[in-house]
Amino acid sequence: MSVLVIADHDGQQLTTGTRATLTAAKELNADRIDILVAGHDCRAVAEQAAQAAGVTTVFLADGESLAHKLAENMAPLVAEHGAKYDHVFAPASSTGKNVVGRAAALMDVQPVADITGVIGADTFRRPIYAGNAIATVQAGAGTKVITVRGTAFEGDALEGGGAAIEEVAAPGDQGLSSFVGQELSQSDRPELASARIVVSGGRGVGSGENFQLIERVADKMGAAVGASRAAVDAGFMPNDYQVGQTGKVVAPDLYIAVGISGAIQHLAGMKDSKYIAAINKDEEAPIFSVADYGLVADLFEAVPELEKELDNVQS
Amino acid sequence: MKVLVPVKRVLDPYVKVRVKKDNSGVDLSNSKMAMNPFCEIAVEQAIRLKEQGHASEVVLVSAGPQQAQETIRTGLAMGADRGILIESDEALEPLGVAKLLKAVVEQEDPGLVLMGKQAVDNDNNQTGQMLAALLGWSQGTFISEVNVQDGTARITREIDGGLETLDLKMPAVLTTDLRLCEPRYASLPNIMKAKKKKLDKTAPADWGVDVTPRLDVQKVEEPPAREAGVKVSSVQELVDKLRNEAKVI
Repeated sequence: MSVLVIADHDGQQLTTGTRATLTAAKELNADRIDILVAGHDCRAVAEQAAQAAGVTTVFLADGESLAHKLAENMAPLVAEHGAKYDHVFAPASSTGKNVVGRAAALMDVQPVADITGVIGADTFRRPIYAGNAIATVQAGAGTKVITVRGTAFEGDALEGGGAAIEEVAAPGDQGLSSFVGQELSQSDRPELASARIVVSGGRGVGSGENFQLIERVADKMGAAVGASRAAVDAGFMPNDYQVGQTGKVVAPDLYIAVGISGAIQHLAGMKDSKYIAAINKDEEAPIFSVADYGLVADLFEAVPELEKELDNVQS
Repeated sequence: MKVLVPVKRVLDPYVKVRVKKDNSGVDLSNSKMAMNPFCEIAVEQAIRLKEQGHASEVVLVSAGPQQAQETIRTGLAMGADRGILIESDEALEPLGVAKLLKAVVEQEDPGLVLMGKQAVDNDNNQTGQMLAALLGWSQGTFISEVNVQDGTARITREIDGGLETLDLKMPAVLTTDLRLCEPRYASLPNIMKAKKKKLDKTAPADWGVDVTPRLDVQKVEEPPAREAGVKVSSVQELVDKLRNEAKVI
């Protein structure tokens, strides 16, 4: 049994999602695990990947056509190499989802998306209905194409290995799409989907300005900031902060819900968090039914107090 | 330019999901169904392209049970021109749907396919990418902005950590993210008018497509329930618990 792991990276290092994908791939107990690193000027990534224990070969496809990971150029490469393996594993990141669906269709394979558990060589667990149900799915004949939910597996240490790095040809530019530019969030805060701590505000926060209360506490904790759909719909925060069924699904070590009632659509996005704390003045709020620690209090008093308390703890 | 918009009928996202006692799936009997929210955004964007003079016709297509025609009617009431239903009681997978859509594209010859980034039932996020692959077209996934020019679509995509802008050669497949636009509500007169719009009923065999599932769903379970938590009486106690009991701060 052989596995090809498709690496996602920023040109310098593997993403945390890729490290988690490697861990998931190792759970197959395959005879051989290889990694495909595709990009431009990304040898450093291949060298890092080669450090992972249990990896035989790191294939490096380095070319201008792969510089921006355009799906049209990436997918033929993934399909060509992936077809030689029993399994293709990729992180369920924005790049992974964009490329792997296209590659799988070229291979005439129905992928299993966003797995949270490896049960057997062809059987996987994955959440459906925004995590409100868990399906056990068996993949049919041919290469199994899998994307892995990064928060469901510990990241590989990338230590103790010594894989060979082998260069493979980068595909030509398909001429279907071109990169114009990008605008990455300048925030020093961690990315919402992979943050260890998330502090989220809801309708109860009352205004966009009041969200500064949330942001200050988040900064004290090195946390990402999230919002409920109610807060987004009310215009307090932009859409990309939304946690929930139609927003982002997060599973941090700690999720602090402030002024969030806990509607099912919101819970769908955060109920796999390791610990949940809730601050709400309504003691009947459904959020308290999932919170490990609930504080019934006015957020406008409790949150500034929390900020002060964090100072005390840290000093 | 014609715009093709695939739409899916799903469990209303505001309804609580019930897992069947025998773990064979999710109980959808007597449940309120609705158009997938990402599909609504795609329909809205297609209608806006028509209002801006970029699109000549907006055609909706849905593959699913007979009741999926209600989903098509919803889109027709928003302003789409006509619909195609591909009736199937089989549990369709993204690969099968992508093959059906490829056949529809070959018949309808649209300049653009606009669809949701994922359906909120199976959460696959695959069909658009697969359709683009089968057609050999460019793809713009998770888009939050689109500008159609001559032969090119300039799109902005939501990626991990920010936004990315690409130029896509047309024809293209675009999949919508939440930020793209706010779907309109259908007015009562438009709901009445939608009843008269053309809706062709077909089956997968009419399109020469085999939609036999490739994956076997062995069981569907409730997610593990969370253990009951405790109420704390003060911020100090909360911080103490997070620090010394949960050890997360």
